[in-house]
Amino acid sequence: MGILEVKNVNKRFGGLQALGDVNLSVAENSVHAIIGPNGAGKSTLLNCLVGKLMPDTGSVLFDGHSVLGRTPHEINQMGISRVFQTPEIFSELTVLENMMIPCLAKRDGSFRMHAVANMFDETELVEKAEHMLESMNMAGKHHMPAAAMSRGDKRRLEIAMCLAQEPRLLLLDEPTAGMARADTNNTIDLLKQIKDERDITIAIIEHDMHVVFSLAERITVLAQGMPLVEDTPENIKGHPKVKEAYLGEAH
Amino acid sequence: MFGLEKKDATLLVIVAILTLFAPFLLNPFPSESAMAQFNAGYPDLMQRFVIFGIFAIGFNILFGLTGYLSFGHAAFLGVGSYSAVWMFKLLSMNVIPAIVLSIVVAGLFSLLIGFISLRRSGIYFSILTLAFAQMSFNLAYSVLTPITNGETGLQLTLNDPRVLGQSATADGSIPVTSLFGLEMRSTYELVMGPWTFQFNAGYYLCAIIMVLAFYLSIRIFRSPFGLMLRAIKSNQTRMSYTGLNPKPYTLAAFVISGMYAGLAGGLMASMDPLAGAERMQWTASGEVVLMTILGGAGTLIGPVLGAGFIKYFENIFSKINDTVLHSWFSFMPDGLENLVVMLVHPFIGKGWHLTLGLMFMMVVIFLPGGLVEGGQRIRRLFRRKDDTPAAKTEPAE
Repeated sequence: MGILEVKNVNKRFGGLQALGDVNLSVAENSVHAIIGPNGAGKSTLLNCLVGKLMPDTGSVLFDGHSVLGRTPHEINQMGISRVFQTPEIFSELTVLENMMIPCLAKRDGSFRMHAVANMFDETELVEKAEHMLESMNMAGKHHMPAAAMSRGDKRRLEIAMCLAQEPRLLLLDEPTAGMARADTNNTIDLLKQIKDERDITIAIIEHDMHVVFSLAERITVLAQGMPLVEDTPENIKGHPKVKEAYLGEAH
Repeated sequence: MFGLEKKDATLLVIVAILTLFAPFLLNPFPSESAMAQFNAGYPDLMQRFVIFGIFAIGFNILFGLTGYLSFGHAAFLGVGSYSAVWMFKLLSMNVIPAIVLSIVVAGLFSLLIGFISLRRSGIYFSILTLAFAQMSFNLAYSVLTPITNGETGLQLTLNDPRVLGQSATADGSIPVTSLFGLEMRSTYELVMGPWTFQFNAGYYLCAIIMVLAFYLSIRIFRSPFGLMLRAIKSNQTRMSYTGLNPKPYTLAAFVISGMYAGLAGGLMASMDPLAGAERMQWTASGEVVLMTILGGAGTLIGPVLGAGFIKYFENIFSKINDTVLHSWFSFMPDGLENLVVMLVHPFIGKGWHLTLGLMFMMVVIFLPGGLVEGGQRIRRLFRRKDDTPAAKTEPAE
């Protein structure tokens, strides 16, 4: 049994069947990609996994526990971190402060009052945040406002923030969307490095086939809300059904 | 020092020194001179400076850090005032129990209003808080008259059943508020040549409490809790996907700022033991918003500056009348003098709101960071003249 088990998930928006009986099993410590043409239901599926949307029927189990009906922060505390299509970071705060927030979330849980503690006296916390920045090659930017960074660096920071929580499952929603080729390749290398260095499961939703085939160990193809086929990258490449689904798309 | 970084400790010490010497600093003109009306160093106004300073410091913890704009904070101030006056009526004329009760009651009241209002954010949150405050204001005028004494306002009478104290003094008057016997109204006048300086016990009590309140606000700003509040303002989506629940953090900030408002209300009643419903009106809530934005929302010292600025204008500009203007411009030929007085007339006296409104517009347009940003720009200007290579921007204080 995989770390993430999606069973018979259905979701309708009015007359539109966004997800129809989706079944998905993500094996622990694997890189699993979910691909599909526009409107296939990839983002809807992802939103059902993180508590943003509630499926009409079906079940989603993470490590044997249901995530349905829980809020995003509860699901995150269970060990699922999400990277967004456009980097969601704390733009007004400095890079170091951005890193300290997930470190605090890891240490203190979803809420804790410590109104008179002095943030910069908490050496252990600051050290952890600095260490994390260093390991992501972002040292020397500690006191820069996060908004001033390049797009690629923002993405890198967002991933670093997710990793600081030591999640068991990292969900990425089109992490290279709108990136230049060089930035895309950097992101691929970064994800490979993350995979090699830690025990982590990565589920990635992607449009860019180059990214998918350089990272994924297993691929699920979605089309019109239904899982079309699930297989290894080699088998997916020449699969007739996949070609059909993507017909007309320039990939 | 005191668990603060050097920069913050310096700021705290400067604020403490300024409040300590305020009776001198606010009275720069000799008491008989023509400029004496610009003196602000009299007890009543100085008390208002620091009390509204406390109110604005508390408001800034909510608005400056989380970005939630409450339009109903005057309700907590009013509730604090009523609680304090009731304490004077029922228990004793000592200000300590009155202030403690006003903080507690305002805290509970803000917990209730915050819990409901924080179900929404943005403009809906503002409207909810405004609605609650107006509701409190109207209730205080009508059905709650047994508690609030309606339009007359809650006052001390000669028949108050004061448990730890007397209903009336020996000479048959109402006792005055005190701190363990030290009367709040007692004032020491120091005459130095043409200058008169007034040192008031009530002012110094308020000033000490304001410095403590300011210290606590620095600690909150620099704490992990403060970081979470800034994270709420910056990006709530990322916050909840980082496993943090924004709701209890915002509610805590709301209650803390409500307690600051209650403290301000309690102090107001301690200086002058009466409470009226007009303290809860929406204009009073709007005033603290103006103070915070004018001074610089999200900065440490900004709200205090804004509060001082507005209270100074309210009390000093409104006192200037046409007679004063005529005496200023008497050196001009008669026709010109009348013309100038006529032109200046709308901006003074009752028209001080116009002057304040114009200044507020100028600040919002040219200095979005408030007076604090103005100060930083001036400092940077001087730095550049000094030709120092370190021309980096100062983080907000």
